[in-house]
Amino acid sequence: MQKSTVVKILLIFILIFTSSNLFAKETEKEGKGDLKSEIKEFINHHLQDSHDFTLFSDKEANSHVGFPLPVILWDNGLKVFSSSKFHHGETVAEVDGNFYKLYHSKIYKTDAAGTITYDEEHHATNAKPLDFSITKNVVSMLLIGLLMFFMFRGLAKSYKKNNSIPTGVGRFLEPLVLFVRDEIAIPNIGEKKYKKYMSFLLTVFFFIWFLNLLGMTPLGVNVTGNIAVTFALALLTFLITNLTANKNYWGHIFWMPGVPTFMKVVLAPIELLGVFIKPFSLMIRLYANMTAGHVVLMSIIGMIFLFKSWIGSPLSFGLAFALSILELLVAALQAYIFTMLSALYFGMANEEAHH
Amino acid sequence: MEKLINDFSFGLFFWQILIFVGLLLLLRKFAWKPILDAVNNREEGIKNALESAEEAKKEMQNLQADNERILNEARAERDGMLKEARQLKENMIADAKTEAQTEADKIVAQAQATIASEKKAAIADLKNQVAGLSVEIAEKMLKKELSGNDKQLELVESMLEDVTLN
Repeated sequence: MQKSTVVKILLIFILIFTSSNLFAKETEKEGKGDLKSEIKEFINHHLQDSHDFTLFSDKEANSHVGFPLPVILWDNGLKVFSSSKFHHGETVAEVDGNFYKLYHSKIYKTDAAGTITYDEEHHATNAKPLDFSITKNVVSMLLIGLLMFFMFRGLAKSYKKNNSIPTGVGRFLEPLVLFVRDEIAIPNIGEKKYKKYMSFLLTVFFFIWFLNLLGMTPLGVNVTGNIAVTFALALLTFLITNLTANKNYWGHIFWMPGVPTFMKVVLAPIELLGVFIKPFSLMIRLYANMTAGHVVLMSIIGMIFLFKSWIGSPLSFGLAFALSILELLVAALQAYIFTMLSALYFGMANEEAHH
Repeated sequence: MEKLINDFSFGLFFWQILIFVGLLLLLRKFAWKPILDAVNNREEGIKNALESAEEAKKEMQNLQADNERILNEARAERDGMLKEARQLKENMIADAKTEAQTEADKIVAQAQATIASEKKAAIADLKNQVAGLSVEIAEKMLKKELSGNDKQLELVESMLEDVTLN
Protein backbone atom coordinates (compact mmCIF):
# COMPACT_ATOMS: atom_id res chain seq x y z
CA MET A 1 0.00 0.00 0.00
CA GLN A 2 2.65 2.41 1.05
CA LYS A 3 4.95 1.28 -1.69
CA SER A 4 2.41 2.01 -4.37
CA THR A 5 1.84 5.56 -3.08
CA VAL A 6 5.57 6.20 -3.20
CA VAL A 7 5.68 4.96 -6.79
CA LYS A 8 2.72 7.20 -7.67
CA ILE A 9 4.39 10.26 -6.16
CA LEU A 10 7.57 9.48 -8.05
CA LEU A 11 5.66 9.13 -11.31
CA ILE A 12 3.95 12.45 -10.74
CA PHE A 13 7.29 14.09 -10.12
CA ILE A 14 8.74 12.65 -13.30
CA LEU A 15 5.73 13.86 -15.24
CA ILE A 16 6.03 17.31 -13.76
CA PHE A 17 9.68 17.48 -14.60
CA THR A 18 9.34 16.34 -18.16
CA SER A 19 6.32 18.51 -18.80
CA SER A 20 7.98 21.58 -17.35
CA ASN A 21 11.00 20.87 -19.53
CA LEU A 22 8.72 20.72 -22.51
CA PHE A 23 7.19 23.99 -21.45
CA ALA A 24 10.56 25.55 -21.21
CA LYS A 25 11.46 24.40 -24.68
CA GLU A 26 8.22 25.69 -26.10
CA THR A 27 8.58 29.12 -24.59
CA GLU A 28 12.12 29.19 -25.86
CA LYS A 29 10.91 28.56 -29.35
CA GLU A 30 8.48 31.40 -28.96
CA GLY A 31 11.32 33.89 -29.02
CA LYS A 32 12.43 33.95 -25.43
CA GLY A 33 15.72 32.24 -26.19
CA ASP A 34 17.52 35.45 -25.44
CA LEU A 35 16.73 34.95 -21.74
CA LYS A 36 18.96 31.93 -21.74
CA SER A 37 21.86 33.76 -23.34
CA GLU A 38 21.19 36.70 -21.07
CA ILE A 39 21.55 34.43 -18.04
CA LYS A 40 24.70 33.00 -19.53
CA GLU A 41 26.12 36.45 -20.02
CA PHE A 42 25.07 37.46 -16.53
CA ILE A 43 26.86 34.46 -15.04
CA ASN A 44 29.97 35.18 -17.10
CA HIS A 45 29.90 38.76 -16.00
CA HIS A 46 29.46 37.74 -12.40
CA LEU A 47 32.43 35.39 -12.50
CA GLN A 48 34.72 38.18 -13.63
CA ASP A 49 36.19 41.03 -11.73
CA SER A 50 34.55 44.39 -12.25
CA HIS A 51 35.67 47.99 -12.12
CA ASP A 52 32.59 49.12 -10.26
CA PHE A 53 30.61 47.66 -7.41
CA THR A 54 27.20 46.98 -8.91
CA LEU A 55 24.66 45.59 -6.50
CA PHE A 56 21.98 45.03 -9.12
CA SER A 57 21.14 46.39 -12.53
CA ASP A 58 18.09 46.57 -14.74
CA LYS A 59 19.01 46.14 -18.36
CA GLU A 60 15.71 47.30 -19.83
CA ALA A 61 15.66 50.53 -17.83
CA ASN A 62 19.45 50.71 -18.26
CA SER A 63 19.95 51.56 -14.60
CA HIS A 64 22.69 50.27 -12.33
CA VAL A 65 22.59 50.45 -8.55
CA GLY A 66 25.99 50.46 -6.93
CA PHE A 67 29.00 52.68 -6.60
CA PRO A 68 32.00 53.37 -8.82
CA LEU A 69 35.51 52.40 -7.79
CA PRO A 70 38.81 54.14 -8.45
CA VAL A 71 40.65 53.15 -11.63
CA ILE A 72 44.43 53.25 -11.43
CA LEU A 73 46.32 52.86 -14.68
CA TRP A 74 50.00 52.92 -15.50
CA ASP A 75 50.22 54.27 -19.02
CA ASN A 76 53.30 56.48 -19.34
CA GLY A 77 52.54 57.81 -15.90
CA LEU A 78 50.00 57.14 -13.21
CA LYS A 79 46.39 57.83 -14.17
CA VAL A 80 43.75 57.78 -11.47
CA PHE A 81 40.06 58.38 -12.14
CA SER A 82 36.65 57.13 -11.14
CA SER A 83 35.19 54.16 -12.96
CA SER A 84 31.96 56.14 -13.34
CA LYS A 85 33.65 57.68 -16.37
CA PHE A 86 33.17 54.43 -18.25
CA HIS A 87 29.41 54.39 -17.67
CA HIS A 88 29.52 50.60 -17.41
CA GLY A 89 31.49 50.25 -20.64
CA GLU A 90 29.16 52.38 -22.71
CA THR A 91 31.33 55.45 -23.11
CA VAL A 92 34.98 56.22 -23.63
CA ALA A 93 36.82 57.71 -20.70
CA GLU A 94 39.19 60.53 -21.52
CA VAL A 95 42.08 61.10 -19.13
CA ASP A 96 44.96 63.50 -19.89
CA GLY A 97 44.34 63.23 -23.60
CA ASN A 98 44.24 59.42 -23.60
CA PHE A 99 41.08 57.44 -24.30
CA TYR A 100 40.17 54.24 -22.53
CA LYS A 101 37.28 51.89 -23.02
CA LEU A 102 35.96 49.07 -20.86
CA TYR A 103 35.41 45.95 -22.92
CA HIS A 104 34.59 42.59 -21.32
CA SER A 105 35.72 43.90 -17.94
CA LYS A 106 39.12 44.89 -19.30
CA ILE A 107 40.42 48.36 -20.00
CA TYR A 108 41.74 49.04 -23.53
CA LYS A 109 43.35 52.09 -24.98
CA THR A 110 41.30 53.44 -27.86
CA ASP A 111 40.81 56.52 -29.94
CA ALA A 112 38.23 59.19 -29.19
CA ALA A 113 35.47 57.21 -30.91
CA GLY A 114 36.21 54.11 -28.86
CA THR A 115 36.87 51.76 -31.77
CA ILE A 116 38.15 48.38 -30.81
CA THR A 117 39.93 46.28 -33.39
CA TYR A 118 39.70 42.50 -33.34
CA ASP A 119 41.83 39.69 -34.61
CA GLU A 120 40.32 36.74 -36.46
CA GLU A 121 39.45 34.98 -33.15
CA HIS A 122 37.49 38.02 -32.07
CA HIS A 123 40.00 39.06 -29.42
CA ALA A 124 40.58 42.72 -28.96
CA THR A 125 43.97 43.80 -30.25
CA ASN A 126 44.03 47.26 -28.72
CA ALA A 127 46.85 48.15 -26.32
CA LYS A 128 46.15 47.36 -22.68
CA PRO A 129 47.57 49.73 -20.07
CA LEU A 130 48.79 48.21 -16.81
CA ASP A 131 45.68 48.10 -14.69
CA PHE A 132 46.12 48.54 -10.93
CA SER A 133 42.53 49.52 -10.32
CA ILE A 134 40.82 49.01 -7.01
CA THR A 135 38.33 46.57 -8.47
CA LYS A 136 35.39 44.88 -6.85
CA ASN A 137 37.61 41.95 -5.83
CA VAL A 138 40.23 44.25 -4.33
CA VAL A 139 37.51 46.02 -2.33
CA SER A 140 36.19 42.66 -1.16
CA MET A 141 39.66 41.56 -0.10
CA LEU A 142 40.24 44.82 1.73
CA LEU A 143 36.89 44.40 3.44
CA ILE A 144 37.67 40.86 4.50
CA GLY A 145 41.15 41.93 5.56
CA LEU A 146 39.74 44.62 7.80
CA LEU A 147 37.12 42.26 9.17
CA MET A 148 39.75 39.65 9.94
CA PHE A 149 42.03 42.19 11.54
CA PHE A 150 39.35 43.49 13.88
CA MET A 151 37.96 40.07 14.69
CA PHE A 152 41.29 38.47 15.56
CA ARG A 153 42.62 41.61 17.22
CA GLY A 154 39.50 41.44 19.38
CA LEU A 155 40.18 37.81 20.17
CA ALA A 156 43.80 38.58 21.07
CA LYS A 157 42.71 41.44 23.30
CA SER A 158 40.01 39.45 25.03
CA TYR A 159 42.66 37.09 26.42
CA LYS A 160 44.30 39.88 28.35
CA LYS A 161 41.09 41.24 29.75
CA ASN A 162 39.28 38.11 30.69
CA ASN A 163 41.77 35.77 32.30
CA SER A 164 42.70 33.90 29.10
CA ILE A 165 39.10 33.09 28.22
CA PRO A 166 37.78 34.53 24.93
CA THR A 167 34.54 36.46 24.79
CA GLY A 168 32.04 37.27 22.09
CA VAL A 169 32.99 36.28 18.56
CA GLY A 170 36.27 34.91 19.92
CA ARG A 171 34.39 31.97 21.36
CA PHE A 172 33.61 30.95 17.82
CA LEU A 173 37.02 31.83 16.39
CA GLU A 174 39.22 30.25 19.01
CA PRO A 175 38.21 26.65 18.28
CA LEU A 176 38.91 27.33 14.60
CA VAL A 177 42.36 28.69 15.37
CA LEU A 178 42.97 25.63 17.51
CA PHE A 179 41.64 23.43 14.72
CA VAL A 180 44.18 24.88 12.29
CA ARG A 181 46.92 24.34 14.83
CA ASP A 182 45.96 20.88 16.10
CA GLU A 183 44.43 19.29 13.00
CA ILE A 184 46.32 20.96 10.16
CA ALA A 185 49.68 22.35 11.27
CA ILE A 186 50.93 19.93 13.92
CA PRO A 187 50.02 16.63 12.17
CA ASN A 188 51.49 17.74 8.85
CA ILE A 189 54.52 19.79 9.85
CA GLY A 190 55.39 18.34 13.21
CA GLU A 191 55.51 19.53 16.77
CA LYS A 192 58.94 21.12 16.40
CA LYS A 193 58.64 23.32 13.35
CA TYR A 194 54.96 24.16 12.96
CA LYS A 195 55.21 27.47 14.79
CA LYS A 196 56.87 29.51 12.07
CA TYR A 197 54.19 28.51 9.54
CA MET A 198 51.22 29.20 11.79
CA SER A 199 50.79 32.84 10.73
CA PHE A 200 50.57 31.92 7.06
CA LEU A 201 48.30 28.92 7.60
CA LEU A 202 45.89 30.81 9.84
CA THR A 203 45.77 33.83 7.56
CA VAL A 204 45.28 31.78 4.42
CA PHE A 205 42.61 29.59 6.01
CA PHE A 206 40.45 32.42 7.26
CA PHE A 207 41.14 34.58 4.22
CA ILE A 208 39.95 31.92 1.77
CA TRP A 209 37.06 30.84 3.94
CA PHE A 210 35.71 34.34 4.52
CA LEU A 211 36.10 35.25 0.85
CA ASN A 212 34.32 32.03 -0.14
CA LEU A 213 31.51 32.92 2.24
CA LEU A 214 31.38 36.46 0.88
CA GLY A 215 30.96 34.88 -2.54
CA MET A 216 27.82 33.19 -1.23
CA THR A 217 26.18 36.51 -0.38
CA PRO A 218 24.03 38.35 -2.92
CA LEU A 219 26.83 40.93 -3.22
CA GLY A 220 27.97 38.69 -6.03
CA VAL A 221 31.72 38.76 -5.61
CA ASN A 222 33.81 35.87 -6.82
CA VAL A 223 37.25 36.52 -5.40
CA THR A 224 38.49 33.00 -4.73
CA GLY A 225 37.17 31.97 -8.14
CA ASN A 226 39.61 34.34 -9.78
CA ILE A 227 42.78 32.89 -11.20
CA ALA A 228 44.96 35.85 -10.21
CA VAL A 229 43.92 35.48 -6.58
CA THR A 230 44.47 31.74 -6.39
CA PHE A 231 47.74 32.17 -8.29
CA ALA A 232 48.94 34.69 -5.72
CA LEU A 233 48.03 32.38 -2.84
CA ALA A 234 49.62 29.35 -4.48
CA LEU A 235 52.73 31.39 -5.28
CA LEU A 236 53.10 32.27 -1.60
CA THR A 237 52.82 28.60 -0.64
CA PHE A 238 55.39 27.76 -3.31
CA LEU A 239 57.82 30.44 -2.10
CA ILE A 240 57.46 29.56 1.57
CA THR A 241 57.87 25.85 0.83
CA ASN A 242 61.04 26.24 -1.18
CA LEU A 243 62.63 29.04 0.81
CA THR A 244 62.29 27.19 4.10
CA ALA A 245 63.13 23.75 2.72
CA ASN A 246 66.01 21.84 4.28
CA LYS A 247 68.83 19.85 2.70
CA ASN A 248 66.92 16.61 2.91
CA TYR A 249 64.09 18.03 0.78
CA TRP A 250 66.41 19.11 -2.01
CA GLY A 251 68.25 15.84 -1.72
CA HIS A 252 65.02 13.97 -2.38
CA ILE A 253 64.37 16.07 -5.47
CA PHE A 254 67.75 16.08 -7.22
CA TRP A 255 69.43 12.94 -5.91
CA MET A 256 66.82 10.56 -4.54
CA PRO A 257 68.51 8.44 -1.92
CA GLY A 258 68.07 4.69 -1.92
CA VAL A 259 67.54 4.15 -5.67
CA PRO A 260 70.02 3.15 -8.40
CA THR A 261 71.98 5.94 -10.08
CA PHE A 262 70.13 5.55 -13.34
CA MET A 263 66.81 6.01 -11.57
CA LYS A 264 68.20 9.04 -9.78
CA VAL A 265 68.80 10.70 -13.15
CA VAL A 266 65.31 9.76 -14.32
CA LEU A 267 63.60 10.85 -11.14
CA ALA A 268 65.24 14.28 -10.79
CA PRO A 269 63.29 16.05 -13.57
CA ILE A 270 60.06 14.39 -12.48
CA GLU A 271 60.57 15.48 -8.90
CA LEU A 272 61.55 18.97 -10.04
CA LEU A 273 58.36 19.16 -12.05
CA GLY A 274 56.48 18.08 -8.93
CA VAL A 275 57.79 21.13 -7.11
CA PHE A 276 55.84 23.31 -9.52
CA ILE A 277 52.86 21.02 -10.00
CA LYS A 278 52.03 20.99 -6.31
CA PRO A 279 51.28 24.73 -5.98
CA PHE A 280 49.78 24.70 -9.47
CA SER A 281 47.26 22.10 -8.36
CA LEU A 282 46.46 24.29 -5.35
CA MET A 283 45.77 27.21 -7.64
CA ILE A 284 43.58 25.27 -10.08
CA ARG A 285 41.70 23.38 -7.38
CA LEU A 286 40.54 26.46 -5.52
CA TYR A 287 39.77 28.36 -8.72
CA ALA A 288 37.87 25.51 -10.35
CA ASN A 289 35.88 24.57 -7.27
CA MET A 290 34.71 28.05 -6.52
CA THR A 291 34.02 28.91 -10.16
CA ALA A 292 32.12 25.69 -10.74
CA GLY A 293 30.10 26.24 -7.58
CA HIS A 294 29.12 29.73 -8.68
CA VAL A 295 28.27 28.63 -12.22
CA VAL A 296 26.10 25.71 -11.13
CA LEU A 297 24.35 27.68 -8.42
CA MET A 298 23.65 30.65 -10.68
CA SER A 299 22.48 28.40 -13.50
CA ILE A 300 19.97 26.75 -11.19
CA ILE A 301 18.82 30.13 -9.95
CA GLY A 302 18.52 31.13 -13.63
CA MET A 303 16.35 28.07 -14.19
CA ILE A 304 13.75 29.56 -11.85
CA PHE A 305 13.24 32.29 -14.45
CA LEU A 306 13.50 29.94 -17.39
CA PHE A 307 10.83 27.53 -16.20
CA LYS A 308 8.26 30.15 -15.30
CA SER A 309 5.92 27.40 -14.15
CA TRP A 310 4.34 26.78 -10.80
CA ILE A 311 6.12 23.47 -10.52
CA GLY A 312 9.48 23.90 -12.20
CA SER A 313 10.42 27.15 -10.54
CA PRO A 314 9.80 26.02 -6.95
CA LEU A 315 11.71 22.83 -7.73
CA SER A 316 14.60 24.88 -9.05
CA PHE A 317 14.35 27.03 -5.99
CA GLY A 318 14.53 23.98 -3.75
CA LEU A 319 17.51 22.70 -5.71
CA ALA A 320 19.22 26.09 -5.48
CA PHE A 321 18.55 26.13 -1.75
CA ALA A 322 20.04 22.66 -1.26
CA LEU A 323 23.01 23.56 -3.43
CA SER A 324 23.59 26.75 -1.46
CA ILE A 325 23.91 24.69 1.68
CA LEU A 326 26.34 22.41 -0.13
CA GLU A 327 28.29 25.45 -1.30
CA LEU A 328 28.56 26.66 2.30
CA LEU A 329 30.22 23.35 3.08
CA VAL A 330 32.45 23.65 0.00
CA ALA A 331 33.48 27.15 1.10
CA ALA A 332 34.88 25.76 4.34
CA LEU A 333 36.16 22.59 2.71
CA GLN A 334 38.21 24.40 0.05
CA ALA A 335 39.75 26.67 2.67
CA TYR A 336 40.58 23.58 4.70
CA ILE A 337 42.05 21.72 1.73
CA PHE A 338 44.20 24.65 0.63
CA THR A 339 45.54 25.11 4.15
CA MET A 340 45.97 21.39 4.70
CA LEU A 341 47.92 20.87 1.49
CA SER A 342 50.05 23.94 2.16
CA ALA A 343 50.87 22.52 5.57
CA LEU A 344 51.62 19.16 3.96
CA TYR A 345 54.09 20.78 1.56
CA PHE A 346 55.71 22.71 4.42
CA GLY A 347 55.97 19.44 6.28
CA MET A 348 57.67 17.80 3.28
CA ALA A 349 60.13 20.69 3.07
CA ASN A 350 61.02 20.18 6.71
CA GLU A 351 61.15 16.41 6.86
CA GLU A 352 64.28 15.04 8.48
CA ALA A 353 66.22 12.20 6.89
CA HIS A 354 65.14 8.90 8.41
CA HIS A 355 66.98 6.36 6.31
CA MET B 1 43.91 27.43 -20.43
CA GLU B 2 43.82 30.32 -22.84
CA LYS B 3 40.80 31.66 -21.06
CA LEU B 4 42.62 31.36 -17.76
CA ILE B 5 45.58 33.35 -19.04
CA ASN B 6 43.24 35.87 -20.58
CA ASP B 7 41.37 36.20 -17.30
CA PHE B 8 44.57 36.75 -15.38
CA SER B 9 44.76 40.31 -14.18
CA PHE B 10 48.15 41.51 -13.08
CA GLY B 11 46.62 44.39 -11.13
CA LEU B 12 44.47 42.05 -9.09
CA PHE B 13 47.49 39.81 -8.51
CA PHE B 14 49.49 42.78 -7.32
CA TRP B 15 46.79 43.95 -4.92
CA GLN B 16 46.19 40.42 -3.70
CA ILE B 17 49.87 39.91 -2.83
CA LEU B 18 50.03 43.35 -1.22
CA ILE B 19 46.85 42.90 0.82
CA PHE B 20 47.58 39.34 1.79
CA VAL B 21 51.18 39.91 2.87
CA GLY B 22 50.21 43.08 4.68
CA LEU B 23 47.36 41.29 6.41
CA LEU B 24 49.66 38.41 7.28
CA LEU B 25 52.27 40.66 8.85
CA LEU B 26 49.71 42.72 10.72
CA LEU B 27 47.84 39.70 11.99
CA ARG B 28 51.08 38.00 12.98
CA LYS B 29 52.05 40.90 15.16
CA PHE B 30 48.67 41.87 16.54
CA ALA B 31 46.64 38.68 16.50
CA TRP B 32 48.25 35.31 15.82
CA LYS B 33 51.17 35.73 18.17
CA PRO B 34 49.14 36.98 21.15
CA ILE B 35 46.39 34.44 20.48
CA LEU B 36 48.71 31.45 20.17
CA ASP B 37 50.78 32.59 23.13
CA ALA B 38 47.69 33.05 25.27
CA VAL B 39 46.33 29.67 24.23
CA ASN B 40 49.68 28.01 24.86
CA ASN B 41 49.98 29.64 28.26
CA ARG B 42 46.49 28.59 29.12
CA GLU B 43 47.12 25.02 28.02
CA GLU B 44 50.37 24.96 29.93
CA GLY B 45 48.52 26.30 32.95
CA ILE B 46 45.83 23.66 32.66
CA LYS B 47 48.45 20.95 32.25
CA ASN B 48 50.34 22.15 35.28
CA ALA B 49 47.18 22.46 37.30
CA LEU B 50 46.18 18.92 36.36
CA GLU B 51 49.62 17.60 37.21
CA SER B 52 49.69 19.34 40.56
CA ALA B 53 46.19 18.12 41.27
CA GLU B 54 47.34 14.59 40.48
CA GLU B 55 50.32 15.08 42.73
CA ALA B 56 48.16 16.48 45.50
CA LYS B 57 45.91 13.48 45.14
CA LYS B 58 48.87 11.14 45.41
CA GLU B 59 50.18 13.02 48.38
CA MET B 60 46.76 12.88 49.94
CA GLN B 61 46.69 9.13 49.41
CA ASN B 62 50.14 8.83 50.92
CA LEU B 63 49.02 10.94 53.81
CA GLN B 64 45.97 8.82 54.28
CA ALA B 65 48.05 5.66 54.17
CA ASP B 66 50.41 7.22 56.69
CA ASN B 67 47.54 8.18 58.90
CA GLU B 68 46.16 4.68 58.70
CA ARG B 69 49.53 3.24 59.56
CA ILE B 70 50.05 5.65 62.44
CA LEU B 71 46.59 4.95 63.71
CA ASN B 72 47.22 1.22 63.54
CA GLU B 73 50.52 1.63 65.29
CA ALA B 74 48.92 3.75 67.97
CA ARG B 75 46.18 1.22 68.40
CA ALA B 76 48.71 -1.59 68.66
CA GLU B 77 50.73 0.43 71.11
CA ARG B 78 47.68 1.18 73.18
CA ASP B 79 46.74 -2.47 73.18
CA GLY B 80 50.26 -3.39 74.23
CA MET B 81 50.25 -0.82 76.95
CA LEU B 82 46.91 -1.98 78.24
CA LYS B 83 48.11 -5.54 78.20
CA GLU B 84 51.29 -4.59 80.03
CA ALA B 85 49.37 -2.61 82.58
CA ARG B 86 47.07 -5.51 83.17
CA GLN B 87 50.04 -7.80 83.57
CA LEU B 88 51.65 -5.34 85.91
CA LYS B 89 48.54 -5.09 87.96
CA GLU B 90 48.22 -8.81 88.18
CA ASN B 91 51.86 -9.16 89.11
CA MET B 92 51.55 -6.46 91.70
CA ILE B 93 48.52 -8.07 93.21
CA ALA B 94 50.21 -11.42 93.21
CA ASP B 95 53.36 -9.98 94.74
CA ALA B 96 51.41 -8.12 97.35
CA LYS B 97 49.52 -11.25 98.13
CA THR B 98 52.60 -13.38 98.64
CA GLU B 99 54.32 -10.66 100.63
CA ALA B 100 51.31 -10.24 102.85
CA GLN B 101 51.17 -13.99 103.32
CA THR B 102 54.78 -14.24 104.34
CA GLU B 103 54.42 -11.23 106.62
CA ALA B 104 51.35 -12.72 108.17
CA ASP B 105 53.07 -16.05 108.56
CA LYS B 106 56.01 -14.34 110.17
CA ILE B 107 53.79 -12.44 112.57
CA VAL B 108 51.89 -15.58 113.46
CA ALA B 109 55.12 -17.47 114.06
CA GLN B 110 56.46 -14.70 116.22
CA ALA B 111 53.24 -14.59 118.13
CA GLN B 112 53.33 -18.28 118.68
CA ALA B 113 56.91 -18.13 119.85
CA THR B 114 56.08 -15.32 122.25
CA ILE B 115 53.06 -17.21 123.49
CA ALA B 116 55.15 -20.31 124.02
CA SER B 117 57.87 -18.50 125.95
CA GLU B 118 55.25 -16.61 128.01
CA LYS B 119 53.61 -19.88 128.77
CA LYS B 120 56.86 -21.43 129.85
CA ALA B 121 57.64 -18.47 132.05
CA ALA B 122 54.18 -18.60 133.50
CA ILE B 123 54.47 -22.30 134.20
CA ALA B 124 57.87 -21.80 135.80
CA ASP B 125 56.50 -19.01 137.91
CA LEU B 126 53.56 -21.13 138.87
CA LYS B 127 55.85 -24.01 139.79
CA ASN B 128 57.95 -21.73 141.99
CA GLN B 129 54.90 -20.31 143.65
CA VAL B 130 53.46 -23.81 144.15
CA ALA B 131 56.81 -24.97 145.64
CA GLY B 132 57.02 -22.02 147.93
CA LEU B 133 53.44 -22.41 148.95
CA SER B 134 53.99 -26.12 149.61
CA VAL B 135 57.10 -25.38 151.77
CA GLU B 136 55.16 -22.75 153.66
CA ILE B 137 52.28 -25.14 154.21
CA ALA B 138 54.66 -27.85 155.28
CA GLU B 139 56.42 -25.47 157.60
CA LYS B 140 53.17 -24.38 159.17
CA MET B 141 52.02 -27.93 159.49
CA LEU B 142 55.26 -29.00 161.09
CA LYS B 143 55.21 -26.11 163.46
CA LYS B 144 51.72 -27.02 164.47
CA GLU B 145 52.51 -30.76 164.78
CA LEU B 146 55.62 -30.27 166.81
CA SER B 147 54.43 -27.65 169.08
CA GLY B 148 54.34 -30.04 172.29
CA ASN B 149 57.30 -31.93 173.81
CA ASP B 150 55.54 -35.21 173.83
CA LYS B 151 54.82 -34.95 170.15
CA GLN B 152 58.48 -34.27 169.48
CA LEU B 153 59.50 -37.25 171.61
CA GLU B 154 56.96 -39.47 169.91
CA LEU B 155 58.39 -38.48 166.53
CA VAL B 156 61.89 -39.14 167.62
CA GLU B 157 60.86 -42.52 168.95
CA SER B 158 59.02 -43.49 165.75
CA MET B 159 62.00 -42.47 163.82
CA LEU B 160 64.34 -44.33 166.01
CA GLU B 161 62.16 -47.37 165.67
CA ASP B 162 62.41 -47.23 161.87
CA VAL B 163 66.02 -47.23 162.07
CA THR B 164 67.33 -50.71 162.37
CA LEU B 165 70.43 -50.75 164.25
CA ASN B 166 72.73 -52.77 162.42
